[in-house]
Amino acid sequence: MNAGPADIREAVGQVPDPEIPVLTIADLGILRDVRIGPGGCVEVTITPTYSGCPAMDTIAEDIAETCARHGWPDVTVRRELSPAWTTDWMTDEGKRKLREFGIAPPARRCGPAAGPVPVPLSVRCPRCGSPDTREINRFGSTACKALYACNACLEPFDYFKAL
Amino acid sequence: MITRPAVTGYALQLGDDALIMAQRLGEWVSYAPELEEDVALGNIALDLLGQARALLSYAGEAEGRGRTEDDLAYFRDEREFTNLQIVELARGDFAEEMARQLAFSGYQFELYQRLQGSRDETLAAVAAKAVKEVAYHRDHATQWTLRLGDGTQESHRRMQAGLTRIWPYVDEMFRQDPLGEALAGDGLAVDASELRPAWTQYVAAVLREATLAWPETPAAPGGGRQGRHTEQMGYLLAEMQYLARCHPGARW
Repeated sequence: MNAGPADIREAVGQVPDPEIPVLTIADLGILRDVRIGPGGCVEVTITPTYSGCPAMDTIAEDIAETCARHGWPDVTVRRELSPAWTTDWMTDEGKRKLREFGIAPPARRCGPAAGPVPVPLSVRCPRCGSPDTREINRFGSTACKALYACNACLEPFDYFKAL
Repeated sequence: MITRPAVTGYALQLGDDALIMAQRLGEWVSYAPELEEDVALGNIALDLLGQARALLSYAGEAEGRGRTEDDLAYFRDEREFTNLQIVELARGDFAEEMARQLAFSGYQFELYQRLQGSRDETLAAVAAKAVKEVAYHRDHATQWTLRLGDGTQESHRRMQAGLTRIWPYVDEMFRQDPLGEALAGDGLAVDASELRPAWTQYVAAVLREATLAWPETPAAPGGGRQGRHTEQMGYLLAEMQYLARCHPGARW
């Protein structure tokens, strides 16, 4: 059974991120475009979070497999670097899922429009909600995360770095 | 008149810098003074490898002879690599590595920031992505320079010694190169010599705050952009290229 064009867009958006499987590629904002070309070719455009993101190959394979499963075997996955990905593209739904999973979601980056004095907000503990947290390491288990600990409940946690 | 060979050569220069630095940083994993730094240096290496892949792939494309990123990384010999010598130097102690990271990520930051405005769409896109990453690398090196420089007597001594060993290779980063200069004239590349004032201003402020002295060491002869390398380069390539050359076409 072939899924319709709207369904295939929806299905591609639901492909999970291999490193943080609670998030879909749509939640992360790395899915840039899904187009149905003449002859039923699906053209999907994705963008990496970091230049060296090792999950891109797996994501491309998962997209192709998802399309094939829905009756669209002719798939091209394009990678686009520009415009550069930013955590501001992550959906609110994605941020909620991250928090529930135990990863503090990225703070919104303060652009020039945000006001004359950007105030960095503290990272809230995803477990107890306390703003009293400290950075343990600026780098974490994947390129997109840093390691934090909560001073209130003492639990260490990952923070998805704002980029 | 801009020919594709010039763009190929320029993308190779920047790609080789990132690739060789990534290879050196990868050596730190399990050797850093603390687990967090194994992770940090491994992550920085990964960012640089990503930049190298984009740049070498583009170089292969612009060259038009069908060479892939892997062909360029694994099947070129020492004299064909055009990276700066600073990235190939053998791993010293952690303070020396932080001195190199401060110098090199500071250079990459100034370079990519300007290259974002290149008329070459691919170079501009790679730079716009990479500049955010190297800003983070530079910050990491800055924090360590401050911590070690303004730390104990021993950490200060080591940080100062690290700077002294790295500094002869700083000058090469800002030397005018005929390729970059020609492309810069057409708005495609960045003239490296223009980066020095901004770089110096940033690094000098860090060293001052870290109570470290600006090293007055004479510049090394350099020549990396022309394919002339230090003794360490051959050993690095032997390790990096060994598997690909023993098993051509090997895949994961």
